Amino acid sequence: MVTATMPATGRQKTRTRIRVLEDERWLALTLLTPTAVLLGLFIAYPFIEGVYLSLSASRVGVPGEFVGLKNFEKIWNDGIFRTAVWNTFWYTGITTVFKLFLGLWLALLLNRHFKGKAYIRAAILLPFIIPTVLSTFAWKWMFDPTFSVINWALFKLGFISARINWLGDPDLAMTSIIIVNIWRGIPFFAISLLAGLQTISPELQEAAAIDGAKPWQRFWHVTWPLLLPVTMVVVLFSVIQTFADFQLVYVMTGGGPANATHLFATYAYQIGIGTGLLSEGAAISLAMFPFLLLIVIVQLLYIRRVEVR
Amino acid sequence: MPRISRRKLLHSTAGAAAMTSGGLAAILASGRAPAYAQGTQIHWLKWNDYVPAADVLLRNQMLGEAQKALGFKINLETIGLNDLQARATAAIQAQSGADIIMAFNNNAQLYTESTVDVSDVCEEIAAKQGGFYDLSKAQSHDGKKWVAVPYCIIGTMIAYRKSWFDEIGVTKFPETWDAYREVGKKLKAKGRPLGQSLGHTVGDAPAFAYPLLWSFGGREVEADGKTVKLNSKETVESIKFMTAFWKDAHDEGGLAWDDSNNNRAFLSGTISSTLNGASIYIEALRKPDQYQTEKGVQIKTDIQHAPLPKGAQGQYGVHPFQNHMVMGYSKNQKAAKDFLRWFHSPEVYEKWFIVQQGYATGPTKSWEDHKIWDKDPVMAPYRVAGRLGRVYGYAGPAGQKAAEVLSKYIVVDMYAKAVQGMPAEDAAKWADGEVKKIYGA
Repeated sequence: MVTATMPATGRQKTRTRIRVLEDERWLALTLLTPTAVLLGLFIAYPFIEGVYLSLSASRVGVPGEFVGLKNFEKIWNDGIFRTAVWNTFWYTGITTVFKLFLGLWLALLLNRHFKGKAYIRAAILLPFIIPTVLSTFAWKWMFDPTFSVINWALFKLGFISARINWLGDPDLAMTSIIIVNIWRGIPFFAISLLAGLQTISPELQEAAAIDGAKPWQRFWHVTWPLLLPVTMVVVLFSVIQTFADFQLVYVMTGGGPANATHLFATYAYQIGIGTGLLSEGAAISLAMFPFLLLIVIVQLLYIRRVEVR
Repeated sequence: MPRISRRKLLHSTAGAAAMTSGGLAAILASGRAPAYAQGTQIHWLKWNDYVPAADVLLRNQMLGEAQKALGFKINLETIGLNDLQARATAAIQAQSGADIIMAFNNNAQLYTESTVDVSDVCEEIAAKQGGFYDLSKAQSHDGKKWVAVPYCIIGTMIAYRKSWFDEIGVTKFPETWDAYREVGKKLKAKGRPLGQSLGHTVGDAPAFAYPLLWSFGGREVEADGKTVKLNSKETVESIKFMTAFWKDAHDEGGLAWDDSNNNRAFLSGTISSTLNGASIYIEALRKPDQYQTEKGVQIKTDIQHAPLPKGAQGQYGVHPFQNHMVMGYSKNQKAAKDFLRWFHSPEVYEKWFIVQQGYATGPTKSWEDHKIWDKDPVMAPYRVAGRLGRVYGYAGPAGQKAAEVLSKYIVVDMYAKAVQGMPAEDAAKWADGEVKKIYGA
């Protein structure tokens, strides 16, 4: 008797469970839970911890007391921080413009039919695939103050008579890291935009051509509007990544010469890890947040407008 | 044959060790390792030595000997000098990581709350080895206790190409900054500039910038450790001097150099003189045929060493310093201390000291008398490095605030900004403002 009732109870439980899950609200909650847990653990928790750190006076190994906005006040009056803010905007702005134009150009070229297309498309991705630190070390050698191969080549070709101080001059150091970031970022733009281009039906192009549209007109009035939503998403990703860039600058210049190439992330690292002032480092990192939030909101709104249109 | 179980073996060795317990001397005398829980291992994190042979010696020989003497295994991990601080910070925050971590200059002062009091080890070493240099104590003692065990002092001297100096009629290394500038001017005109890092790098750049400041009479803070007077007439003078000196005599790529750039530049014959540890000379000795002068002579025969020149207010040097912290989170604190005791016992440390060939000198005074200094006259100036030299933070204490000023590269950047075109007065004012924020003045 006992053994006969057990399976019946089990079946009943299963049925109750199924009935609960038939309710969409419960089903949604069940399906969303793993994601929510993951997001909570790996995004919300570190973020809240970061906010807490930035409001305390913690140093390495010393949990500090709550000090309110004192750390933000301190960095606001910090000249190096202001340089880092300006550098970050300049670095992100310039690189994004170049990556977009060069990436788009490359995507348009790759969208044509030619021999060995598949191989070239794969090869284009190389700068993006190689670990950043590794490729940046190679670039560091190319820009080395003494042994720069770029200087050597320019000298041998007769373009320069004295060495160019790539990483030692503040403006050239910034230019150098911008060049490397563009080199590394173009493949991401090119491949993503190429994917976007391939979704555009060739018939539209043909119809425009029959109507007498020139190549430039076909690009401007047909390709570009259709590519715009993809472009905006790619730009959004790139801006977020570039704004928070760390490894490239850390390897190339360490933020020098004389803080000329510090970005938010490298300066936060120097203060938080190098100097051991964790709370001040956290404040510098967090100062990035409102800027990024604003950029993201503007771009997302724009994307929605484009899509609605 | 009776079987001896692991438990029995451990038990008997533990008993024997307990009987002979009486510090390292007793352990060595008994010739038997003291007992540690089975599987005890310590993790030692230090830099990649600029004398690679020293790391080879540690790995291939000394750590094996340590295991025999102490009864536990030592895992050595070496990383780049500029990455040490990041690892220490991460380990302290995570409360897990290496048991012993090497610190550079006064960095150990940043972590005083997270390290173990090693006064017992230090006092033992000091008593037997002629006492620590003031330099060693200032960097490793927080005023109450020893926070790290002094490891070694890396003497910094100027390495210069004797034949190139001879060619312009300079047979004796210039004694004053002005004379050095004149010499540098002539050398740069011949395409053989002086080389100096003014970049964000922990070794050479501050070891040059601070002594320059002091020799003109400038200082970041007064002896009270509170009054910041960096923006002084003397500091401005030193900046003006450096700006002209840089343009006249230096390889201007130095703004981007790390601690190894000048080594490469010197050995490849692009610079004539540079402030450095002895690593350039030691590398030239190690590979005599690889490094040759433009005349095909081994470069090692053309290297001489000299201290930084004098200024109006004296002659100074900073000799990069290293010590070992036993970490507060470590579960093997006793083993870590025993290892450091063992490593610094004279007969053990001597093996490592000899391989260094003078690049690293001992943190205690007795190492000045070692016969190694009579072997090579080129290395002789490094013998008393520990006695000379000031510590970062002068005239204040080498505590946390001095460590913060150093790790933010404020003094280095003051000069770097000026050589990039900022007026000397503005550079001094900027640096003074930054230092005041740190000292809370």
